Amino acid sequence: MEVLREALSGLLLVSGAAFCLIGGLGLIRLPEFYARMHGAGILDTLGAALVLVGLMLQPAEWTVVVKLMVILFFLQITSPTAAHALIHAAYTAGHEPQLADDVHTSDGEGSDDR
Amino acid sequence: MSSLLVAMWAVLVTMGMALLRAARGPSAWDRILSVNSFGTATVLFIAVLGYVNDRPDFLDLALLYALLNFIGTIAILKFFKVGNLAAGED
Repeated sequence: MEVLREALSGLLLVSGAAFCLIGGLGLIRLPEFYARMHGAGILDTLGAALVLVGLMLQPAEWTVVVKLMVILFFLQITSPTAAHALIHAAYTAGHEPQLADDVHTSDGEGSDDR
Repeated sequence: MSSLLVAMWAVLVTMGMALLRAARGPSAWDRILSVNSFGTATVLFIAVLGYVNDRPDFLDLALLYALLNFIGTIAILKFFKVGNLAAGED
């Protein structure tokens, strides 16, 4: 049972680490702001959730597990809220998405440079 | 190399990548986004570091910084929109 818990914890931690790296790579490599939100979203949701659940399975007291649950709950609530607030603020401030040449936003505007 | 150390190094590299985008990002929105991600990665890093050093009190720091990161992001967005952090909605 202990071996199973340790193996599962290790697997979750390593996959959480992998998703954190994927999210960071998306932050660097994607071409424009609205696309980079995807990378940040991966980092905030899957990366954080897998790492924190993997930490919950490590041998510790129950108070530590409860604190980790509180951190996870708070991150799950606030990360999408902050992401939505940021994208809404950027869009209403006039930051235009970078679209393909034959695609336009509903306002009739679109960026022509790729 | 235990999985805790793997997670720690991966989150550290992710923090570096977020800083790179914060330095390079052509618009201010990119910078806000990457600082927010840097904060989330910091929370994860502190939590894993607590386990690596066998000090479970670090989780209090992680929770506190998760709260601060969210409030900071929302505060800077309001500052961009209104220009004044003390103003109400109008």
